[in-house]
Amino acid sequence: MSFIELKNVSKVYKNGVTALADMSVEIEKGEFVFVIGLTASGKSTFIKMLYREEKPTQGNVLVGGLNVGKIRNGKVYKLRRKIGIVFQDFKLLPKLTVYENVAFALECVGMKEKEIRPKVLDALNRVGLKEKVRCFPNELSGGEQQRVCIARAIVNEPKLLICDEPTGNLDPETSQEIMKVIDGINKDLKTTIIMATHDKDIVNRMKKRVLVIDHGILVGDYAKGRYKSHESI
Amino acid sequence: MKVFRIIGRSIRDSFKSIGRNFSLSFASIMCTTITLILVSVAIICAANIENATKLIEDELSIVIYLDSGLSEEKINNIKMDINSQSNVSECIFKSKDEWKLEMKDFSTTYGTILDYLDNNPLLDSFQVKVYDIEDIHKTAEYIKSIEGVKEVKYGEGMVETVVSTFDVVEKIVIVVVVALILVTAFLISNTIKLTIINRRNEIEIMRLVGASNTFIKLPFVIEGFIIGIIGSIIPICITIYGYVILFTKMGGELFTNLIILIKPYNFVFYVSLILVIIGALVGMFGSLKAVRKHLKI
Repeated sequence: MSFIELKNVSKVYKNGVTALADMSVEIEKGEFVFVIGLTASGKSTFIKMLYREEKPTQGNVLVGGLNVGKIRNGKVYKLRRKIGIVFQDFKLLPKLTVYENVAFALECVGMKEKEIRPKVLDALNRVGLKEKVRCFPNELSGGEQQRVCIARAIVNEPKLLICDEPTGNLDPETSQEIMKVIDGINKDLKTTIIMATHDKDIVNRMKKRVLVIDHGILVGDYAKGRYKSHESI
Repeated sequence: MKVFRIIGRSIRDSFKSIGRNFSLSFASIMCTTITLILVSVAIICAANIENATKLIEDELSIVIYLDSGLSEEKINNIKMDINSQSNVSECIFKSKDEWKLEMKDFSTTYGTILDYLDNNPLLDSFQVKVYDIEDIHKTAEYIKSIEGVKEVKYGEGMVETVVSTFDVVEKIVIVVVVALILVTAFLISNTIKLTIINRRNEIEIMRLVGASNTFIKLPFVIEGFIIGIIGSIIPICITIYGYVILFTKMGGELFTNLIILIKPYNFVFYVSLILVIIGALVGMFGSLKAVRKHLKI
């Protein structure tokens, strides 16, 4: 059984818009998968279904054997504790320092202060921000803020890291640095990574598996290194 | 241990939040204070009215005069008949000779007149106490219909008016209190709503990193609770000192000896306890309402 399985998944919003139509896909543990497509193609809906921000209208979404669509609202947090999420807009708390922002994720799950400290420092070390633990988000560059967001996402040692356009707000050089960090997490921690992106260069350079979504339909599933730059995103 | 940590963190967050949105929290606290002062006044009024009604009811009895010359058996039968009424709590016989002695004690003039007469002109009587004052009229009417009963007296009219007036006042007081409590709950709910809006980013992140719903809700509920408790401090002080002063100044009565005030101790402490409980519950209820509506979790 694959780590992530979507079986004939459809999603129709209340306003009648079909975001996903009969999508089936399997992703193995430890894979690095790009999800690409034009704006409003359905890739965000696909990503949101994995962490149960959206429920499928039809079909099943299985993450680690768990039928995500069937989880009751009150129990969603159990799934989220096993998943790390990185956002385009970072979603950092401006009044908390870098350290506090990362520690926040562990405080929320009720971890002891003694256990929190080494984990946070380890996560910040991995993203190369150990020197900036006392800085506030507004004192950091965009790339650094995104690293804090990544550190927060991996501090709980998730099996799955979901990245929703993490380089969308960053310049190409910084984007490359961020991708290095994410790739490192995939290689070193064997974390499964699913990343939605618009960035052609990154997809071409990384040579990973690529899922192409268009108008809610999975139009391409390219194995590692098979995707070519001339194809449209 | 984890539970204590979560509760500890929630309490810390609640105080932080009250500090951060101080003007809003202050408005809610003041609103709770004003409401609870009024609630306190209302409770004190209601309790004293209740007390006065009870005293009147306890004092009130039906006096039954019997026809003269009834045999002892007949009198016993009448007593049994009266006692058979479910509303009758007590029925005491008082003979005409006892009345005579009592009247002599009361006034020597009456004594001289009564001694002057050959026969005792007074009548044998029963003094009847009832359970339910509202049914006193029915009971009196029944007794009046028993053979051998000459007259029935119970201060008809006046008693019912006093009791029903007290009843109406009590009901109005209850309605006012309930309305005030609802208004306060609404205001606290609004304060919490604004706190939630202020912290929506934080809440979103909490949800995404896997904080449980209880963990997210708890600080808000505790915040409402704290607002309610702080809001009840001034009303409690006013209740304790105010009532003691009122009781002392009024000499234990309110304008007339018909309304005897309840003694301050332990009455004021019971009222204070009720105020804290109302404050805390209203705070929690108000914030729960906001949390349910605006957190959507």
